[in-house]
Amino acid sequence: MKVKEPFFWVNISCGIIIMVFIVLPLVEMLTAPSLSMVKETIKDKDVLRSIWLSIYTAGLAALFSFVFGTPLAYILARTDFVGKRLVESIVDLPIVIPHPVVGIAILSVAGKNHWLGQLFSDLGIRIMGSVTGIVIVLTFVGLPFYVNAVKNGFESISPRLENVSRSLGASMTSTFFRITFPLAWRSILIGLIMCSARAISEFGAVVVVAYHPMIAPVLIYERFEAYGLAYSQPVAVWLVSLCLVLFFVLRILTLRTGKSS
Amino acid sequence: MIEIKELCTKLGEFRLDDINVAIDKNEFFVLMGPTGAGKTVLLEAITGLIPVQKGCIYVGGKNVTTLSPEKRGVGIVYQDYSLFPHMTVRENITFGLRYNKIKKETAKERLNRLVKNLSLENLLNRLPTNLSGGENQRVSLARALMIEPLVLLLDEPLSALDPRFREEIREDLKKLHKDSDTTFLMVTHDFAEAISLADRVAVMNEGRIEQTGTTEEIFRKPCSTFVADFVGMKNLFAVHFSGTEARINGLEIDIGYTPPQRCSYIAIRPEDIVLSVKKLDSSMRNSFCGVIKALIDRGLYYEVWMEAANTVFKATITKRSLFELSLREGMNIFFSFKATAVHIF
Ligand SMILES: Nc1ncnc2c1ncn2[C@@H]1O[C@H](COP(=O)(O)OP(=O)(O)OP(=O)(O)O)[C@@H](O)[C@H]1O
Ligand SMILES: [Mg+2]
Repeated sequence: MKVKEPFFWVNISCGIIIMVFIVLPLVEMLTAPSLSMVKETIKDKDVLRSIWLSIYTAGLAALFSFVFGTPLAYILARTDFVGKRLVESIVDLPIVIPHPVVGIAILSVAGKNHWLGQLFSDLGIRIMGSVTGIVIVLTFVGLPFYVNAVKNGFESISPRLENVSRSLGASMTSTFFRITFPLAWRSILIGLIMCSARAISEFGAVVVVAYHPMIAPVLIYERFEAYGLAYSQPVAVWLVSLCLVLFFVLRILTLRTGKSS
Repeated sequence: MIEIKELCTKLGEFRLDDINVAIDKNEFFVLMGPTGAGKTVLLEAITGLIPVQKGCIYVGGKNVTTLSPEKRGVGIVYQDYSLFPHMTVRENITFGLRYNKIKKETAKERLNRLVKNLSLENLLNRLPTNLSGGENQRVSLARALMIEPLVLLLDEPLSALDPRFREEIREDLKKLHKDSDTTFLMVTHDFAEAISLADRVAVMNEGRIEQTGTTEEIFRKPCSTFVADFVGMKNLFAVHFSGTEARINGLEIDIGYTPPQRCSYIAIRPEDIVLSVKKLDSSMRNSFCGVIKALIDRGLYYEVWMEAANTVFKATITKRSLFELSLREGMNIFFSFKATAVHIF
C-alpha cells in the first residue's frame, strides 16, 4: 500500500472538521426536542400561522422575482450594452448589504416623509408591520439569486436556436415562448427555489420592517428571548425541515441539469 | 434572387466591407474563404440577425435591409444542426408551418416528400438528442425546406459530419436543390464540395469578396494572389513581363500571349507541372532543368520541390511515379508545363 504524505492527512482532517462543524449543531438541534413536543408545537396556532406566513411570503417573493426578473435575466444573457457590468453589480447588491440595513433602507422610502411612502399610504398600502412589507423585503433579498440562476440558464441556450426559429418565421415573442422558455424552465425552477430558500431564512431585514405579523424566524427568536432554548427548538425543527425539503428538490434539479448538459 | 449592394457592417473589431453579390434564382452559390473571413457574419446579415450599417439587401426583388428576420423568407442551416432539443423530429420539421400560411394538404405532401427523400421515416417521433450527426443534419435540412424559403443559407452544413456521411448529405443537397425552387447559398471550406455542388463561387477574405465566378474560373483563373494561394496555386511568382514571356531570375517562361499592363504575377498549379528524368520531347513550351530540394509526403501524393535559377517550383506526383522515376533529393530533374497552365495577374 502506498504511504500517504502528511499533506493528505491534513486535507482529510480539515474536511472532517468542517463536516462535523456543519452537521453536528443541526443534528443536535433537530434531536433535542422530543417527538411529542414537536407534534405539540405544530398544534400551536401561533406557530402554524407563522410557518404558513413564511411559506407564502417567500412564495410571493419568488413570484415577483419570476415576473420582473425573467425579462431582466434574458436581457443580461442575450445582449451586450454599455453599463451592463453596472446593472449586474446592482442586481448583486442585496447579497452583500447587511440584513438589518436592507430593512432600514426599505423603511426610508416607505416612510411618510418620502414621496413614495406618501403615495403608498394614499393608496392605502401599509408597509411597516404588514404582509406587504414582508413580501417587499423578501423580494429584495431573494431577487439576485433568481436573476443570476435564470441568466445562467438563458446563457446556456444557444442563440442559434433562436436564430433558426426566427428564420422559420417565428417572431421574437413566439420564439421566446416556444424555444427559449421551455428550454430554460429548469433553470427558472432552480431560480425560484433559490430565491424562496433565501427568502424563507431571512430574519434581520424582516424584523426591522415587520415584527408583527410574525414570520417563523421572528417567532423562533421571540420564543428564544422570552422562554429560552427548549421552547425555540421545536419551532426551529419545523422551519429547518421545510428548508431541507426545498434544498433537496434543488439538489435533485441541479444534479439532473448537470447530467443532461 | 439575392442581391447585395455595397453592404458594410461593423462588429467589434471586424468589418464587412463593400460586399456586392448577385445570386440568381435557384442557383447553387458557394461562399469560400479562410477562417475569420466573415462568411458567417455575411450569412447572418442576410438573415437579418445582425444589423447592417450601409448598403442594401434584396431578396426576391424586395428590399429587406430593414425587415426583421422572420419576414425575409430566408432560411438558415447551421453546422451544428441547431435542432430544438425539446421537440421530436416531426415537431422540429413542422415548426415553421404555423407562421407560413401553408395549406394542410400541401404541408402534408411536402412533409412526406422530404421525409422520403431524406429517409427520415423511422426518426419522426424521436428526440434529436440521440440521433447521429448525419441524421441531425438531414432533419435540419428538412426543417428549413419545409417552409420553402426563397433562399436557404447553409453555414458549413457538412463540416461537422464524418466523411462517410458527408458524401451522403452532399448528394442529398444536390437532389434537394434540383427538386426545389429555393436558391442555395452555402459556406464551405472544402473544395470538393464546391466543385461538386456550386454553380458559382465567391471567395472572401478579411470581410471582402475577392472574386466571384464559376468554379472553373476561380480555380483556373484566380484574379488575385490571395485567391490563387487560397485555391492551392502553390507556384506563385512575381515576374517581369516582356512580350509573351515572363522572367523570373533569368528563367524565361512562355505564356503564349501579351499580358495586360497591370499584371506582375504568374501562378502555376502544382498538378499542371510534369516531371521527367530526361528532357521531354513534347509540345510543352516551357521545360526547365532543376535540382530536387525536398520530397514531402502529403499522404496520397508527394510534393516535389525543385530549384531552378534560385526559384523554387512545387509539383505534385503520385507515390507510384515517385518510385518509378526513383526521385531523390539533390538529383537533377526536368519539369515542364504548358503556356496555358500559367495564370497571370
Ligand atoms: N458578434 C460579434 N461581435 C464581434 N465580432 C464578431 C462577432 N461575430 C463574429 N465576429 C468576428 O468577425 C470575424 C468573422 O467571423 P465569421 O464567424 O464570419 O468568420 P467565418 O468566415 O465564418 O469563419 P469560419 O470559417 O471559422 O466559420 C471574426 O474575426 C469574428 O471574431
Ligand atoms: Mg463561420
